[in-house]
Amino acid sequence: MIETQQLRKDFGAFTAVRDISFRVDEGEVLGFLGPNGAGKSTTMKMIAGFLAPTSGQVSVCGHDVLREPLKTKAVMGYLPEGAPGYDEMTPRSFLGFVADIRGLAGDQRRRRIDDVVGRLQLESVLEQSIETLSKGFKRRVGLAQAILHDPEVLILDEPTDGLDPNQKHEVRELIRSIARNKTIVISTHILEEVHAVCSRAVIIANGEVLADDTPAGLEARSRYHNAVRLSLADDSALPAVREALQSLDGVAGLEQGEDGSGVIALAKQGSDVFADVSRLVAEKGWAISQIEKDRGRLEDVFRDITLRKPEVQHG
Amino acid sequence: MANVRAIARRELAGYFATPVAYVFIVIFLMLAAFLAFQFGRLYESGQAELTAFFSFHPYLYLFLVPALSMRLWAEERKSGTIELLMTLPITTAQAVLGKFVAAWLFTGVALFLTFPIWITVNYLGNPDNGVILASYIGSFLMAGAYLAVGSCVSALTRNQVIAFVLTVSACFLLLFAGFPMVLGVLRSFLPQGIIDAVASVSFLTHFTSITKGVIDLRDLVYYAVMIGGALIANVIVLDLKKAD
Repeated sequence: MIETQQLRKDFGAFTAVRDISFRVDEGEVLGFLGPNGAGKSTTMKMIAGFLAPTSGQVSVCGHDVLREPLKTKAVMGYLPEGAPGYDEMTPRSFLGFVADIRGLAGDQRRRRIDDVVGRLQLESVLEQSIETLSKGFKRRVGLAQAILHDPEVLILDEPTDGLDPNQKHEVRELIRSIARNKTIVISTHILEEVHAVCSRAVIIANGEVLADDTPAGLEARSRYHNAVRLSLADDSALPAVREALQSLDGVAGLEQGEDGSGVIALAKQGSDVFADVSRLVAEKGWAISQIEKDRGRLEDVFRDITLRKPEVQHG
Repeated sequence: MANVRAIARRELAGYFATPVAYVFIVIFLMLAAFLAFQFGRLYESGQAELTAFFSFHPYLYLFLVPALSMRLWAEERKSGTIELLMTLPITTAQAVLGKFVAAWLFTGVALFLTFPIWITVNYLGNPDNGVILASYIGSFLMAGAYLAVGSCVSALTRNQVIAFVLTVSACFLLLFAGFPMVLGVLRSFLPQGIIDAVASVSFLTHFTSITKGVIDLRDLVYYAVMIGGALIANVIVLDLKKAD
């Protein structure tokens, strides 16, 4: 369990994080979203106990991070931004070092190291110095180090940055597979990741929490939530189609499809127009090539939320 | 204690995984021998003693030890590994101590490898081995003091060149505070009490007194205070300024 209360961090006159409060419970995977420079990493550094907050509190599993740093660090695994590692070490000696510090010994030490090496597929590079590894392998060594002691709390700063699509998929599978009974916070600016692994998402910008919701809840804020996309076999029928759609009750407005053809019927808040639209299609006998209901696009919501004018943000 | 040992072991392995260890040891041994024989006239003096050898150590360390200590923390900052290290369940003091112990042991190894020169004087004559042992201990303690100062300075910056230059400067002051010429200049306008105080903070004063063969408690206390003080300052610097 992680709880932050009015967390604030100033660097000189610059406020990187202001009044961030949230709570992550066991079993949750919290996605931390925000544009670059939003304060994601700074917040994570404060949770991990690397930076002391200017004001506010962080507690991990009931222990205050500032007052009981060793206790909180012992139950936490942390992947810092950029996955730094000791260049001259091999992954084997590096993991051995972390295991020593984490107090793993004997059989358990060997088992845990073998386990993370297997999970992150590091066998082939175990004896190679870290500085010679590709970005993807470096990131995986960093992840291996973070989960080595099977921590209750995991803080991962951009765990999939620099990985190819297959590796991204594997890391997400890994996070999903260990997520039960753990408290996990990951930061990312890849929005598909939120769907893939997160049970909740917090969007921050300029050091403030702007949204805290489930991925589905965030999507529902999109203007495209429940919108219906129609592609016609023949665009000459479009004016008639638009007219008919416009007259439907739940339709808030019409837009042209992204590729320049077809039409998007935006749904009014809380209404679902898919049934109406498909009935209309059947009634009128339109020749359509595709009909699709939109869940809403996180990208749009993200942009809407993070690009709002600061005055609006402060209310 | 287990944490200090784990960190020290990792650090020491790091020295030998890169050319740093070999370059340092080879250059140290070559310079130590060259200075002793060429400028110290160790051979020509016809005396079975190593005074000429040890008398150059303060100046040798002045440049070599900062080269070793400059990377201790600056490199951790630069590569970002400091974030990794400081979020492991260890205290700052353990990290500082572990790194210092590793570097000190390493200089100890380099110093130990000068033993052929000891064998040489024993072969050629009958030196006072007690004095030589005391001198080795004094030299090792002095290396520790240089290292502790260097470690603290290294924690101030992420730039190793800056760490090197600042450490050389700091050690230069600590060294030459006891230089007769400096003391002579100061003596012309300062009271004797202050002259003594200045001389007493110098590496040189305490090293010279140990190389005479007497390990005075005051000299031991001096080095303990220097090393301890610099390392405590090192911990404070890190706690105040972990990021950037």
